Amino acid sequence: MTQSPPAERKVDWKDPQLAATLRARHARERRLKLLGLASLGAAFAMLFILLASLAASGYKAFVQTHVTMDFIISEQNVSPDKPEKGKYRKVVAESLQAVFPEVSRKEMRQLRKILSNGAQYMVRDAVVADPSLIGGVLRLTVPVSDPYDQLNKGEIDRATPEANRRLSDREIAWFDRLKEAGMISTPFNKALFLNADSRFPELAGLKGALWGSFYALLVCFLLSFPIGIGAAIYLEEFAPRNRFTDIIEVNINNLAAVPSVVFGLLALAVFLGWFNLPRSAAFVGGMTLALMTLPTIIIATRAALKAVPPSIREAALGLGASRQQVVFGHVLPLAMPGILTGTIIGLAQALGETAPLLLIGMNAFITSAPESAFEPATALPTQIFIWADSPERGFAARTSAAILVLLGFLIIMNLTAVILRRKFERKW
Amino acid sequence: MLGLTFLIIVAAAAVAYALNLRAARRLWAEGARLHSITTFHALYALFLAALPAFVFLVLWLALSGPVIGALVLSGLPEEVISGATRAQENLLLSEIRSLARGQAFGEPEPWKAAAAARLVALEATARWAQLALVSLIAAAGLVYARTRVSPAFRARQRVERIITGLLVFCSLVAIFTTVGIVASLFVESMRFFARVPFFEFFFGTNWEPQIPIREDQVAGAGAFGWLPVLLGTMVITVVALLVALPIGLLSAIYLNEFASARLRAVAKPVLEILAGVPTVVYGFFAVLVVAPALRQAGQALGVDVSPNTALAAGGTMGIMLIPFISSFTDDALSAVPRSLRDGSLALGATRGETVAKVLFPAAIPGIVGGVLLAVSRAIGETMIVVMAAGLIARMTINPLDSVTTVTVQIVTLLIGDTSFDNPKTLAAFALGMMLFLVTLGVNIVALRVVRKYRELYD
Repeated sequence: MTQSPPAERKVDWKDPQLAATLRARHARERRLKLLGLASLGAAFAMLFILLASLAASGYKAFVQTHVTMDFIISEQNVSPDKPEKGKYRKVVAESLQAVFPEVSRKEMRQLRKILSNGAQYMVRDAVVADPSLIGGVLRLTVPVSDPYDQLNKGEIDRATPEANRRLSDREIAWFDRLKEAGMISTPFNKALFLNADSRFPELAGLKGALWGSFYALLVCFLLSFPIGIGAAIYLEEFAPRNRFTDIIEVNINNLAAVPSVVFGLLALAVFLGWFNLPRSAAFVGGMTLALMTLPTIIIATRAALKAVPPSIREAALGLGASRQQVVFGHVLPLAMPGILTGTIIGLAQALGETAPLLLIGMNAFITSAPESAFEPATALPTQIFIWADSPERGFAARTSAAILVLLGFLIIMNLTAVILRRKFERKW
Repeated sequence: MLGLTFLIIVAAAAVAYALNLRAARRLWAEGARLHSITTFHALYALFLAALPAFVFLVLWLALSGPVIGALVLSGLPEEVISGATRAQENLLLSEIRSLARGQAFGEPEPWKAAAAARLVALEATARWAQLALVSLIAAAGLVYARTRVSPAFRARQRVERIITGLLVFCSLVAIFTTVGIVASLFVESMRFFARVPFFEFFFGTNWEPQIPIREDQVAGAGAFGWLPVLLGTMVITVVALLVALPIGLLSAIYLNEFASARLRAVAKPVLEILAGVPTVVYGFFAVLVVAPALRQAGQALGVDVSPNTALAAGGTMGIMLIPFISSFTDDALSAVPRSLRDGSLALGATRGETVAKVLFPAAIPGIVGGVLLAVSRAIGETMIVVMAAGLIARMTINPLDSVTTVTVQIVTLLIGDTSFDNPKTLAAFALGMMLFLVTLGVNIVALRVVRKYRELYD
């Protein structure tokens, strides 16, 4: 019996049924590709909307409406012997009266609100600095209060009915007169960086938060950098492989994934509860952030140490160096760029961390910048949280502005890390 | 004063270093054969002068406060102190402390003023004693180290042993942190469960932590059933995953399989930006943009959307998790061996079919690990929900409603006053304990899944 060879199945590539299947398969592939591109586009769009909406609502807070006017420093109101004890409220009122002579005493109370509450203190400081002004006229540029600032920035719609508007027609007319007289200007909002927090949006600034964040990051760096490097060197270079070091490693990996609010609970119970450290202090915040940053630095340092080729170690050992001399004299310096990169990224994370700082009270209302790490302070992210909670309209724009400042710092730090990596990265 | 003490330690260390270096060098110059090079003799002196003094200073700072407090308390008149509880004693002490700082409200009782004066005197003594003792210890270390300089002294071995000790201490800090977390959560939770029954917390469906502060106040008695809080957390987590999963998976597939190298080089870092934005920024974004947009959309559709809808918080959290999911998926897809991909393509599958039917199933364990880590992130995420989610706990799974989460409750219970002896603040620690345990469990499972998967193909 002879077996015939199996009939060769010819594929007819021109078969319309086959062509249809192929088309369908290609269409499915195109759909998958399109879906992928669409979701990538969606992710980009969300990032864009996030940044654009913050920029759109925040950029206006970088300028502040000011009014330049003459303040009449009469001797009845300010005595030359004690310029710091003068009646500056009255000075401001009388000076405004001079600009609007027809305004009655009753309306004066309304009119005075056109200037920021801080105006009288600015006049006082100027007079105290230069007592020769008493009896004369002081030309000073002071911020207007929040509603008028909003009006000038177009946030208050003049078309809305008067009852629903924050400013009455009369108040708007006053402001327009100042504007026509050329007394209104909108310079860069220096107060945003030179003032600490305030109840009044036009006076509130980030100085306290910036210093608080600086001190907290400084403490965080001083603690987590040496401890992190030490731990990484031990685990990577010296530790015997045994149960104990395994436990430490698992521990570090788990710590990296513990929710930040739990670190806040730890700080509250241990640092504040058991050790009685001061509440709201940047020092305590820095210690808490250090515990959170530690795993990041340890993991980055170990990767950097691993990347140093064994030939370096062997060469040094061969020349008679001890193991520690090898590590501290040769391996560590070569790994330093990688370690610094990891540290900067860890610190950038710490800078944006909010929840643990809230729990240790760094969300207090503090109107002066801290002078040391042990004084009550806020930090940039907690200041953002406080302002986001404030009802005044002016704080909404300032929150966005503060976020832009925070993002600016984060971009600078991450760029530094990238540049460091590019510049010092060595291929062995 | 503290700065001065530190300065003394630093100065002593520097002097000790210089002295020993000079002594060792002189020996060397005289022709002695030193066991260790001169630097190690100097380093030995540096450590001996600085370390014991520094350790002593830290211990002193940690312990002097409580000791002085106890001394002041024991000096109080008998009738004040007898029968006072621990909490009352602490209250009294902080009152005396603020009095000593010069913050007095009205005229303090004479015995309080006397106690404050005694506190001030004790603290002044303590400061001088600290300075003197630290200087003494540093000087003793310096002198002892100086006497040890000799050709036969094994300075290198000594120094290296000290350094090894320091390195071990550094790696123990991670353990201390975990122990601290577990201990503090456990202790405070136990105090909570001493007041609120176990059963009520775990199975109660009512969460109203408002308790009367004064006896005569009319307020809820306080209910501490965590189920509605847990349910709210789960609702928000699910919403977040519904946003993050499809977008993250599909963009990772696109980047891994279809995108050009140039697009990949740009897109990956851009996605990472989403992960680097601080969560407080997302929170504000949710309040400023997402929630109003959802509300308007709801009005247009005729649906009633709560201002603190879970959709706003969950959706924003989803945006935050996109890069998380996409980078894990990308890694998992890249880790699938090349042979699988090549085999599939060689059989005539399109690239799309290769991804969907070969690579993706092979990568699923790694992706699941990443998703689990994202879940633990979502459960522990705090600022977005604090700013955008609600405060009132409801038993609802409607994402249009306002729900609350574990982290929101922790933060709101602890912001403001924190006296450690009422169930309200202690409840936060019980919630924190649960949060810690749940995220720890999810993380361990996730890491195990990821590791097992890696072994599969290695």
